[in-house]
Amino acid sequence: MSKFKKKKSNELPAVNTASLPDIVFMLLFFFMVVTVLRDDNLLVQNKLPKADQVEKLKKDRSVYIYAGKPSSRYVDKYGSEPKIQIGDKYTDISNIKFALTEARQKLLPELQDKVMVALKVDEKTNTGMVTDIKQELRDLNMLKIIYITTPGNEITQ
Amino acid sequence: MARRATPEVNAGSMADIAFLLLIFFLVTTTIEKDKGIARQLPPKEPPTDEQVKIKEKNLFIVNVNRSDQLLVEEKLMELKDLRQAAIAFLDNGGAASGTAEYCNYCKGKRNPESSDNPDKAVISVQNDRLTSYKMYIAVQNELVAAYNFLRDRESQRLYGWKFTEKTKDLDEGKIKGEAAKEALQEKLESIQKLFPQKLSEAEPKKSGQ
Repeated sequence: MSKFKKKKSNELPAVNTASLPDIVFMLLFFFMVVTVLRDDNLLVQNKLPKADQVEKLKKDRSVYIYAGKPSSRYVDKYGSEPKIQIGDKYTDISNIKFALTEARQKLLPELQDKVMVALKVDEKTNTGMVTDIKQELRDLNMLKIIYITTPGNEITQ
Repeated sequence: MARRATPEVNAGSMADIAFLLLIFFLVTTTIEKDKGIARQLPPKEPPTDEQVKIKEKNLFIVNVNRSDQLLVEEKLMELKDLRQAAIAFLDNGGAASGTAEYCNYCKGKRNPESSDNPDKAVISVQNDRLTSYKMYIAVQNELVAAYNFLRDRESQRLYGWKFTEKTKDLDEGKIKGEAAKEALQEKLESIQKLFPQKLSEAEPKKSGQ
């Protein structure tokens, strides 16, 4: 009956790693799906001011406006005066209406009426520029705005 | 030559390749979480001759000049004191008891020289065009904080929870069920009614005016 006797090995059996690629692929797909590559190429400096009394932004119905001084690599070309950026290019204050209408059309049709304008403005910009933008927004009847900030507080820092 | 069976591709390095990709995506992922202070702009209306009258005592004027200094009610003030000053103003409840405007939930000093009740109290912010955006946001933040503090206090008294926390829960979808959501929304609105956010913004003056 020794025929059926198993050979006894003293070594520990190795852990089976055959399913490791599957696990890793699963993780990989998760991150691939979750990743949103930045859609706007920032042309301006954008250090946001701090605030702690904040609300969350609903991304699907928002249009971004950036403002600030041109980034260091564009200073030679565009100077160092604060500029407004919508989408991928600089916009003049008189051209905001056109650029915003264009940006709004990219949203889902049912959300276009509930559009929210997210203002990402550099902390060193003058309030005057923000006021000009707000006036244009009132003309366009896009009245919901949100000043995007970073967490923190000006006083306790 | 006799046909040989094709050798199997070695899949041993598959895991390494997948890991490499995984690490790349891990590093590039930025789960963006944009947060900020939401505001509703006043709609554009044709100019009217009708002037809305607000009593001097119901108006809390915050003035920010071009070098980011604060003038609150004609007194120079540090940013850190603004929140307390705004709370004191909103919560004052100066109307005499027995009148229709009496505020029965205010816990302020009831100074007749200051605001009548939170519904009448208006905070007006005036900027210079050269005020920095950083300061502008800091002031807005403090004023919103004053409202949130008072709303938290009232919701704690009436319902036993904090206004800001429940608003956050609602935003994040932590409240389940339509009925529960509606009930909460109603309560939140009732708190908002106690301390309505009345922040007015004057057109900024050009520097030097």
